[in-house]
Amino acid sequence: MRYLLEASSISKSYSGVRALKCVSFDLLPGEVHAVVGENGAGKSTLIKIVTGAVAPDSGTLRIAGRVAEHHNPTQAHALGIAAVYQQPALFPDLTVAENIALAIEAGGVWRRIDWKARARAAREALARAGAEIHPDARVSTLSMPEQQIVEIAKAIGARAKILILDEPTASLTDREVARLFQVIAALRAEGAGIVYISHRLEEIAAIADRVTVLRDGETIATCDAKGLSRAELIRMMVGREIETIFPKRAVPIGEVALEVRNLRSRAAGIRGVSLEVRAGEILGLSGLVGSGRTQLAETIFGLTPAESGEIFLHGRAVRIASPADAIRHKIGYVPEDRRQHGVVMSMPICANISLADLPAVCGHGLMDRGLIHSASENALARTYVERLRVKTHSIHAEAGSLSGGNQQKVALARWLAIQPAILILDEPTQGVDVGSKSEIHGLIVDLAQQGLAIIMISSELPEILGMSDRIAVMHAGKIAGVLSRAEATQENLLALALGHGTEGGAGGSIDNVA
Amino acid sequence: MLRNRQRELSIAVAILAIAVVLAAVAPAFFSFANVRDLLLANVPVLIVAVGMTLIVITAQIDISVGSQFAICSVAAGVFAISGLPMFAALIAATLTGALLGAINGVLVAWVRIPSIVVTLAAMVALRDGLRWVTQGAWVQNLPPGFHWFGLPQAASEWLTIAAAAAIAAITAWGLRHLAAGRAVYATGSDANAARLAGIDPQYVVFSVFALTGALTGFAAALNAVRFEQIPSNAGIGLELKVIAAVVVGGVSITGGRGTILGALLGVILLGLIGPALTFLGFSAYWERAIEGGIILAAVSMDALGAQWRRNADLAAAHRA
Repeated sequence: MRYLLEASSISKSYSGVRALKCVSFDLLPGEVHAVVGENGAGKSTLIKIVTGAVAPDSGTLRIAGRVAEHHNPTQAHALGIAAVYQQPALFPDLTVAENIALAIEAGGVWRRIDWKARARAAREALARAGAEIHPDARVSTLSMPEQQIVEIAKAIGARAKILILDEPTASLTDREVARLFQVIAALRAEGAGIVYISHRLEEIAAIADRVTVLRDGETIATCDAKGLSRAELIRMMVGREIETIFPKRAVPIGEVALEVRNLRSRAAGIRGVSLEVRAGEILGLSGLVGSGRTQLAETIFGLTPAESGEIFLHGRAVRIASPADAIRHKIGYVPEDRRQHGVVMSMPICANISLADLPAVCGHGLMDRGLIHSASENALARTYVERLRVKTHSIHAEAGSLSGGNQQKVALARWLAIQPAILILDEPTQGVDVGSKSEIHGLIVDLAQQGLAIIMISSELPEILGMSDRIAVMHAGKIAGVLSRAEATQENLLALALGHGTEGGAGGSIDNVA
Repeated sequence: MLRNRQRELSIAVAILAIAVVLAAVAPAFFSFANVRDLLLANVPVLIVAVGMTLIVITAQIDISVGSQFAICSVAAGVFAISGLPMFAALIAATLTGALLGAINGVLVAWVRIPSIVVTLAAMVALRDGLRWVTQGAWVQNLPPGFHWFGLPQAASEWLTIAAAAAIAAITAWGLRHLAAGRAVYATGSDANAARLAGIDPQYVVFSVFALTGALTGFAAALNAVRFEQIPSNAGIGLELKVIAAVVVGGVSITGGRGTILGALLGVILLGLIGPALTFLGFSAYWERAIEGGIILAAVSMDALGAQWRRNADLAAAHRA
């Protein structure tokens, strides 16, 4: 059989650290080949080698049977290799059509542009990607999922023979994922090969033909996806058994810690939300992307203060006009995009952990008010680095030097350090490897047991279902319904999220949620 | 923050090398009077550079400090002539600077105009506004207590140098040990992350502009008392000297990184070059060219350092 792509015995080191060790990987026409592994297992490096972004130290890469020497991104593009990453990498100030054109048009910089042909090609590629996006729309006006689909349209337009999808569904809703799968099915029917990287194992079961498991830069196994159990896959990825995937324990539920009544914010698109969360409770906040989950969290936290409505903490009405107010009231918020907002990359871990509550490590006397005591700061940092098992050689290392899972732990540590009564977690395990994910889940449960009231936003239904005591489902800026743990199933969650079962008419707008 | 100590070290080595060459070739350079004059001439640069360091750490820039300096110099004289006691005139000049800086700060922080645009406009408007008001005339007939604060010259000179050193030392200490210093770094590294951590980045940005204005006003007054008259075109090119020193000192122009110590060393290195050339018998015309070369070298080091850091981070991420 003729392989589209054949990588054999590839090794690669970065500054003396082995990223890949004798990894072999191949791809057949019409096949979806999944690559799984924890963060740092070598997936990104493997992709970079295939796309020509980095050169392997040793090993050979064959593309369509021919050895690719001095492989580089231009060559990879010419050979029909396209990659779509978790974070869309489009030019925000150009239109969709211009972005697509960059991937598919050839010719010198002085050629004349045929704008009509360009628009036609863009429309066609977008249609094949199943998107209803106008080719003249500026990319910066599109939502994250829409941008992701434009990336896929780019690859389709370029007639990619080898399509690499790196966590393509991280920011997509289930409905968009379903559409992506249709696109993948169409592409494979045309003989393209797809390399599919995802942390969502249920997706792999649904779509992959074969699975390659990487761990610590080595190939652990390549096997048929059919009949491969989730537990087996996880065992291969982490090299150890994770006894239960969701370590949820029943803990006594206490008093109402946070209650919001009829919260509205036009700026944030919150249209009258009421909900409550009790001490010891994990309230899952579900809904499609764009339903207002993150905006609700930001409104409660004071980032986009509510225009009307009331917030009660432990039964007392409070006003939260800024994050500083929220912090004073012992509310913590771990935001969705930790790379942008969760941690300050250029600051040491210890400074990141103390940042939200500097007074706690400062003096309070007449002379030393506002003066940071290094010893208390270091002690605080050490406590949480140990408690959350952040993997680092020093608390003085920059947060930017940590892996994704460990950065997330630092983001979490900062909020635990304020001794919060209420903790809002927005996508706490997005883009985090399976091992860290389960650790973070364990931690969330521990926190609930200590009496924290937790609001957990997640796009992953199994996570929401597995972790929550109750689940509030949002639709179009409102709470569409609240389900108890016993009532909640994937089906009724989705029905609420899609706006069924609430006032009529709302269900029609789901196509353009953003 | 801590990983960047190599920069301070390498500038210190460069300064030391120049000093050694001077000591060997032109020992007269280290005469008491020469060193004192050199220090005095660089006092305004250092004081303004302290403020500029804070501004650049918050990922902003202020190119209007030269024009602010001119206005505050004239203001110090006018206040003194109007009968304010010298100490009060010094405070008034500082407050004038704070006001000018605060205006920049409001426009940058809350009106959200890019600082390069705001301060470019301020640079031109303040400079030409002053020229229009004074018609180019220098401030003369200063009261007797103005020159050297009415103190003996030597005492006033050392007081001036000590004040600059104290400002640098206190700010360096505060940036490292005060919660406010943390807020400055956090704002410059990632304003959104800072906001989520309960810091108000807009207030931080406003504050560093206002503080820099105040320091500029203070520096202008300290400088003005050295002369019998106050030129209405003082401080031309000061912004370039200050920004150059700060950048050479390793303060990252993209924000979030840098130290006062680095800026101080940058001021010393750039302040040393010109006089050193003269003492070594080179034409002073080389001064600006060499300064330019040093700035370019420093910025290249930053860029290469950033690349090196990225690679190291990548390797660390793979290791973890």
